[in-house]
Amino acid sequence: MRLVELLRLSLETFRTHRMRSFLTALGIIIGVMTVIAIVSLIQGMNYEVEKQISSLGSNTIFIQKFAFGMGRLDWDEINKRPNFTMDDALAISQLPTIEKVAPSRSRSIGKVTWRSNKVTNVDMSGSTPALAEVGNYTVETGRFINSDDSLRRNQVCVIGGYIVDNLFPYETPLGKRLVLDGKSYLVVGVLARKGSFLGQSQDNVVVVPITSFEKDFAPGRGFGELMYSIAVAAMPKKGVPIEKAIDDVRELMRRRHKLGYDKPDDFGISTQDTIRDIYRNITRVAYIVMIAVAAISLLVGGIGIMNIMLVAVAERTREIGLRKALGATNQDVLWQFLLEAVMLSLVGGAIGVALGLGIAKVVELAAHLKAAAPLWTILVGVGFSAGVGIFFGIYPASRAARLNPIQALRYE
Amino acid sequence: MLIRTDNITKTYMAGTVAVVALDGVTVDIGKGEYVALMGPSGSGKSTLMHLLGCLDTPTSGRYWFNDRDISTLDDIELAHLRNREIGFVFQSFNLLPRLSARANVQLPMLYAGMPVRERQARAAELLEMVGLKDRMTHNPNELSGGEMQRVAIARAFANRPSVVLADEPTGNLDSKTGVEIMRIFGSLAEKGNTIILVTHDQAVAGHARRIIHLADGKIVT
Repeated sequence: MRLVELLRLSLETFRTHRMRSFLTALGIIIGVMTVIAIVSLIQGMNYEVEKQISSLGSNTIFIQKFAFGMGRLDWDEINKRPNFTMDDALAISQLPTIEKVAPSRSRSIGKVTWRSNKVTNVDMSGSTPALAEVGNYTVETGRFINSDDSLRRNQVCVIGGYIVDNLFPYETPLGKRLVLDGKSYLVVGVLARKGSFLGQSQDNVVVVPITSFEKDFAPGRGFGELMYSIAVAAMPKKGVPIEKAIDDVRELMRRRHKLGYDKPDDFGISTQDTIRDIYRNITRVAYIVMIAVAAISLLVGGIGIMNIMLVAVAERTREIGLRKALGATNQDVLWQFLLEAVMLSLVGGAIGVALGLGIAKVVELAAHLKAAAPLWTILVGVGFSAGVGIFFGIYPASRAARLNPIQALRYE
Repeated sequence: MLIRTDNITKTYMAGTVAVVALDGVTVDIGKGEYVALMGPSGSGKSTLMHLLGCLDTPTSGRYWFNDRDISTLDDIELAHLRNREIGFVFQSFNLLPRLSARANVQLPMLYAGMPVRERQARAAELLEMVGLKDRMTHNPNELSGGEMQRVAIARAFANRPSVVLADEPTGNLDSKTGVEIMRIFGSLAEKGNTIILVTHDQAVAGHARRIIHLADGKIVT
C-alpha cells in the first residue's frame, strides 16, 4: 500500500479520538516544549553574556583578593588576606611584560542629584586614566579623568548615559556640579553608551579619580572593605602571551606578600577566559538538567504512546483481522500502527516546538533577553519525538501485524 | 479445477487436548459453481471455509487453488491471494464503522494498489450493482442490516475474485432481508461467479446448486 494511504489511515485516529490523542501526546509536548524554551533562553543568555565578556577585552588580566570562580569561597580566609595597595598596582605596572595597569575601587552609591533631579543606586568606580583603555571605556563628549585629577584629588567625574538622561534631559552635563552622596563633583566627560545587560542599564555609572574616591567614598572596615578593596586590571605588552604576563604578576605578588614556596596564592588572577569558563560551567549544568527533564518526559510520553497503541491494537483486533482477510500483508498492518504512533509523537513534538518558541518569545519580551532557538533544536525536538514514536510504537505495531486473522476476526 | 483439496485435516490444540476439526476432506469445486457447505455447528464447516479462504493452513493434506499448491506460499503470497482471488462475506458484516460505504468497498482495492480515481469509480459501480447507489456516502451506523450486508457483498467482489466465500451471510438478518440477500447471491452466481455459502440453514443452502454436507469434520455426501 502506498505511503499516502497509510498516512491518511494513521491520521484517522486524531479525528476519532481527539481527547485521547491529545492526552497521549502531552508527555511529548511537554518534553519538547521544555527543551525548546530552555535552549532558546540559554542561547539568548549566551549571546548577551558573550557580548559582555568580550567587552572586558580579551587581553586584560584582573588581579584581586580572590579569583572569580565557582564553588565555595572561604570568606574568613579571604578576609585575612592583605589588601591590594596602590604600591602593588605601581609594582605591577613596572613589570617588563605589562603595558598598562588600572587600579580601581568600586561601590554602589545611594543617590546622585543635580538640582531636583536624582538617580539612585549608581555604580561608582575610582580609578586612574589608564582605565579608559584597560576597561574599554570610550568618552563621548568632554574628557576622561587625567593624571592631574588623580594627583590633586580633583572632585571631577565622568558619567554614563543613563545619568545624563535622568539628570540632564535638556542641557549639556559638562561643567555642571553633581552631588554624589553629599559630595559635590564637577562633570568633565560623558561615556559612550554600553546598553543594557539582562535588562539592567550599564550606563548608570560614575567614574572618579581613585585618590578622590579614597578620600570621599572609601567604605569602612568589614565586608564592604573586602568587596571594595583595590582591584587591578592589567594589560600585557603587545606580543607578550597573556600566560607569560600572568606568571610574572603571580611571581611579583608572591614576592611582595613574602609567600613561601609551599604556600598557596593569597590573591586571585582572572582573565576573560576564566570568566567565560565559569559561565560555561553554569550553562553546562543547565543543559544537563534540561536533557534530564527532556529525557524523562520523552520516556514517560513514549510509554504513554506505547500504552495507548496497545489499547488501540486490542480495540481494533477485529479490524486487523478483517484487513488481513481483505489482503493486507503483515507489513501493511505493521506500518499502519507504527505510523499512527509516529504521527502521535510527531504532532506532539511539533506542538511542543511551537509552544516552546512561544514561551521563549514571552520571556524575551518580559526579560529583554534575545531568545533564539537555533534550527538544530527544532530539528532535534521533532527528530527525537519521531524516534520516540518509532521506538515505543514498534512493539504494539508488530503485535498487531502478528495477529492471527481468524482469531482476530472472532475477537469480541 | 478452481479448488481442489486432497485429504486435508486440521487439528487444534484446545489447552492440552487436540481437537480434530477437519478429518480428511477431499473436495473439488469448479469455476462458476454455486456451492453450499452445510452442517451443524462443530461440523468443521467454518474451519474448512478458513482453509479454502487461505486464512489458515491445513495440518496435513494438500490444497490447490487455481492449480497452485497453497502450502508452498508464504505469508505475503497468501495475503496477495486473499486480496485478488478471494472475497469474504461475514455473518456480522465486518464493515469498518468510521468509513463510508464507498470507502469500505474500496478497502480490497486499496491493498491491491489501485489508483484512487479507478477505485472510487469501481466502488460506485459495485454499490450500484447491489442497489445502494444512493447510500454511498453513508457510514455503516446509518445503514440497515440488509444494507450493510450488501455493502459487504460489494466489497467481496471488488477485485473480481475467483471465488467468494460467504459465512452465514443471513445469520444476523430477518428472514425477509435474508431472502433479498440470497437473491443477490443468486443473480451474481448466474453471471458466472463462483460462490461458496457456509450455513447450517437448509433454506439458505437450498439456493445453491450443489450442497456439501459436513459432519464431525468429514464430508458425508
